[in-house]
Amino acid sequence: MLDRAPLLKVADLQAWYGESHVLHGVDIEINEGETVTLLGRNGAGKTTTLRSIIGIVRKRTGTISLRGTDLLKLSPHRVATQGIGYVPEERGIFATLTVEENLMLPPQVAEGGMPVDEIYRLFPNLLERKTSPGTKLSGGEQQMLAMARILRTGARLILLDEPTEGLAPVIVQRIGEIIQTLKTTGFTVLLVEQNFRFASKLADRHYVMEDGKVVDHFTSGELDQKVDSLHKYLGV
Amino acid sequence: MLELLGISPIQLYGQLVLGLINGSFYALLSLGLAVIFGMLNVINFAHGALYMLGAFVAFFALDLLGLNYWAALVIVPLVLALVGVVIERTMLRRLYQLDHLYGLLLTFGIALMLEGVFRHYYGSSGIPYAPPPELVGPLNLGFMILPIYRGWVIAASLVLCLFTWYIIERTRLGALLRAATENPSLVQAFGINVPLMLTLTYAGGVALAGFAGVLAAPIYQVNPAMGSNLIIVVFAVVVVGGMGSIMGAIVTGYALGILEGLTKVFYPPASAIVIFVVMAVVLLVRPAGLFGREA
Ligand SMILES: Nc1ncnc2c1ncn2[C@@H]1O[C@H](COP(=O)(O)OP(=O)(O)OP(=O)(O)O)[C@@H](O)[C@H]1O
Ligand SMILES: [Mg+2]
Repeated sequence: MLDRAPLLKVADLQAWYGESHVLHGVDIEINEGETVTLLGRNGAGKTTTLRSIIGIVRKRTGTISLRGTDLLKLSPHRVATQGIGYVPEERGIFATLTVEENLMLPPQVAEGGMPVDEIYRLFPNLLERKTSPGTKLSGGEQQMLAMARILRTGARLILLDEPTEGLAPVIVQRIGEIIQTLKTTGFTVLLVEQNFRFASKLADRHYVMEDGKVVDHFTSGELDQKVDSLHKYLGV
Repeated sequence: MLELLGISPIQLYGQLVLGLINGSFYALLSLGLAVIFGMLNVINFAHGALYMLGAFVAFFALDLLGLNYWAALVIVPLVLALVGVVIERTMLRRLYQLDHLYGLLLTFGIALMLEGVFRHYYGSSGIPYAPPPELVGPLNLGFMILPIYRGWVIAASLVLCLFTWYIIERTRLGALLRAATENPSLVQAFGINVPLMLTLTYAGGVALAGFAGVLAAPIYQVNPAMGSNLIIVVFAVVVVGGMGSIMGAIVTGYALGILEGLTKVFYPPASAIVIFVVMAVVLLVRPAGLFGREA
């Protein structure tokens, strides 16, 4: 399965916040069209890994390459234009922008993004509330908005950081359906999740992080053998 | 009623207009300060000196190149924008990671140097700058006679303030600016060149100050001290309006100008301090400013 050149290759990634050394060697490979999760306890370094890939965390060593392009060399605003969409932890909806302005904010990075009317058909609430301030939406609606604005850009690799955090079960289910749709339409998704039940239904493969390192890796098929060690890793 | 207080309507209208004129400059300058602070987190103490520089560039353009007032209105903001680009790229940029205080100290230093240089060559008396012939003469408003140039200053600053407000609050460029003010690293992660936006924002704010300088030249003359006289009041305006708010800066600018004018009519001795009294009260009652978002 990993014999093709991966779409995204992260190797021996180390990262720092100022003097504090947070990632100590992260190795992840994702093939085109795969959905892969990054699991791990609070503080394991999942968010930092995504922030290092998209270029928000600047102090990094190792390899991050997308289709062979070295992302470490790019200035921060050039990473997204390689075709990556980032849906941050806590959603990152802008309070001083309307729903519509939030939706239209990220520039297009490739052809083939989802047209706005299709987005509004998929998320009718966003159309209804399009002139209200972004943060006046409910948590679930904000998460939809954070995902919708990335679908617009034409990015084919999506980094999703805990999209279900703090949301009601119906919304979680809805987000699951959206990710499933992304998967069937050929998007590549790197999904950070604490909710392992949710992740296991969607993803092809899983990486487990602990203390800033990837410590385990398995496919969804291998899940049953892994349940015990997973409980240990995730502390559940 | 006015007669009872011993105040003539002419005097009242006259001070109202003066207040509006002063308010026009308060609004233009505090608007630039608010935008720069919002995006760059820099308290631009050089704003007054750059306004003064705008007036001097207009004077040089006329004196050395024979470029008239109308040409100056276009050229000066462009020249000042360029000055802003140089200041931001070579100096301010290095301070973003540090405390607000460093940006304030740097721009304070720039202000002192600019003012010092012009004071050295031009002393502290003003150089007259004639208003354009098209705008000389009286404008009869029915209830009072207004010099055309003063009417023009009020109208021009109002239009420019509203235009700036429109750009920031209603356009895509403005949405990018607002978003980058809230969360620059996320906007950058979406593929926007935020450092370039910071440069352009500073240049834009400084260009506004330059435009105000040209507007001011025929009224207050071209004077090395004109910026430092104004900037302290403008900071008070920004504090009263609230640092984060564009409309707040505009409305507060005009309102405090008018308040100052009215104070001159009703109780002249207080007119020099009324704005600072308002500032003190606002700081006590609503520290984030009248239009500011509570942190
Ligand atoms: N801005 C920061 N400055 C310094 N240290 C940070 C910063 N952000 C995170 N850290 C530290 O880096 C480590 C990894 O944090 P990170 O946010 O990547 O974890 P995470 O796996 O996403 O956790 P969670 O599940 O809680 O979101 C933690 O020890 C955290 O305290
Ligand atoms: Mg996290």
